[in-house]
Amino acid sequence: MYCWNKEAECIDRDKLRELQSERLVNSVRHAYTNSPFYRAKFDEVGLRPEDIRCIDDLPKIPFTCKTDFRDSYPFGMFAVPLDQVVRIHASSGTTGKSVVVGYTRNDIAMWAELMARTLGAGGVTVSDRVHNSYGYGLFTGGLGVHYGGEKIGAMVIPMSGGNSKRQVEVMQDFGSTALCCTPSYAVLLGETAREMGVDTSALPLRVAFLGAEPWTENMRVQIEETLHIDALDIYGLTEVIGPGVSYECMEKGGLHINEDHFIAEIIDPETGEQLPPGSKGELVFTSITKEALPLLRYRTRDITLLDDSPCSCGRTFIRMRRIAGRTDDMLIIRGVNVFPSQIENVLMTVEGTEPHYLIVVDREKGAMDSLEVWVEVSPELVSDEVRCLESLERKITAELQSALGLTLTVKLVEPKTIARSEGKAKRVMDRRDLYQ
Amino acid sequence: MKVNQLSVFLENKSGRLADVTRVLAEAGINIRALSIADTIDYGLLRLIVNDPLAAKKALTEDGFTVALTEVLAIEVPDKPGGLASIIDIISKAGLNIEYMYAFVGSSGENAIVIFRIEETDDAIAALQAKGVRILTGEELHSL
Repeated sequence: MYCWNKEAECIDRDKLRELQSERLVNSVRHAYTNSPFYRAKFDEVGLRPEDIRCIDDLPKIPFTCKTDFRDSYPFGMFAVPLDQVVRIHASSGTTGKSVVVGYTRNDIAMWAELMARTLGAGGVTVSDRVHNSYGYGLFTGGLGVHYGGEKIGAMVIPMSGGNSKRQVEVMQDFGSTALCCTPSYAVLLGETAREMGVDTSALPLRVAFLGAEPWTENMRVQIEETLHIDALDIYGLTEVIGPGVSYECMEKGGLHINEDHFIAEIIDPETGEQLPPGSKGELVFTSITKEALPLLRYRTRDITLLDDSPCSCGRTFIRMRRIAGRTDDMLIIRGVNVFPSQIENVLMTVEGTEPHYLIVVDREKGAMDSLEVWVEVSPELVSDEVRCLESLERKITAELQSALGLTLTVKLVEPKTIARSEGKAKRVMDRRDLYQ
Repeated sequence: MKVNQLSVFLENKSGRLADVTRVLAEAGINIRALSIADTIDYGLLRLIVNDPLAAKKALTEDGFTVALTEVLAIEVPDKPGGLASIIDIISKAGLNIEYMYAFVGSSGENAIVIFRIEETDDAIAALQAKGVRILTGEELHSL
């Protein structure tokens, strides 16, 4: 089985534990010394960096949450002078403020290494042509994959998202062998190829690295059959580093976590208690080599379990299962994080809109995720003229799109259309069935 | 001079119009004129009824969103060119008709047409200057 970095990926578990302990101690010291954010967090609970002597001391460290990013927006959590930061990425937060992360030169090199492992696990070598349809920009997907592909020495085709016909043409003309995009975009590309009359079995494409949104085994089967490829799940989140946190090998039996750079824990989301391997709970990550933004015990809100049984691929890194849900109400739509609270904030600012709304997310076969926001029409809003209602619809649509960075449809509905349950309205109807 | 019109917001789904007419029937309201403006997803039902306030109350209590708007009920000669003569007056006054629809029933020899004009007061002045009769709510309902 091909491995980009056999020494790291197949490391002896005892050695790994030693390495993790050593790196954790250094990382904690770095965070405490150089980040006022962490210093305050430690001081608050009376924890000193020297109290963390090995990986067993991990549960002593307080959790870091998404709200910490909002509160220290934009650079408040950084642990290096801004002169040493060579890159910024960002994703959406629970309210208007986004999650901003920074990378030093070493962080970028580490990230490229992890993405090289990720692509390597699908057999990507110098001979491959990496078709990268993740968005380039503040989103981590595009540049994350790009640097990993270049590190391997593959030919990277920086497509970014959109214009699916052109994507299929490029696949044909440039001979793309490895596709990187969201799973729903892979479905769409398959559908587009079919509509264009392209015989996908004749394409050189053989593997896809799909992530940035939850998906299912059913989708894997569908994608593999339509595109005649192996479809691998990849996982990452902006706060931790972006893609490259964990990756599937060709066994397709869970995602290997890059444990020499991140320590994973599963906790009980209610009590915060650490749970033993094999238990289902909330995934928590601690970075142990990051410089610009060390992340200590970050609560991902993703629900999964860790599998420490050996994998037949030879990699010794523990595997996490596919994400089985969220402990918060965050939705991931076309790779973009969306919180109902963001939508509510926008609606409150639109004059006359009752804060009764319903978010409807759907994923029709062969199509991208669709987002509809149903808004109940209050008496103050209704007019005798259709154009007034239409302009209201347009106004809400424009404001929501600009706040979320996502195209969507606004639908005006009659009052009391949206079900109220126990005094609280149900805000989200997710028809995608992602967490089986 | 002005007549109250009800505008009811309706989603385009079967049975909604029937719900409106049922509520009005149960409240003893008589519908005198109506028109519907629709889009793909929803429609606006505009109604002239014998008791607009009671109608609004009944519909609101039943969960409908209702707006009251002032419109003009104008006598139009019931003969070729009758409507043209009225629209000509409005047009020459530089006023814009948002929408219009016919009223069921007539006033003597004349038909009655409901007009929604943005500048209602200017329209009244322009029409009355030409001797056109505009009905009050009471006159309309007593027809």
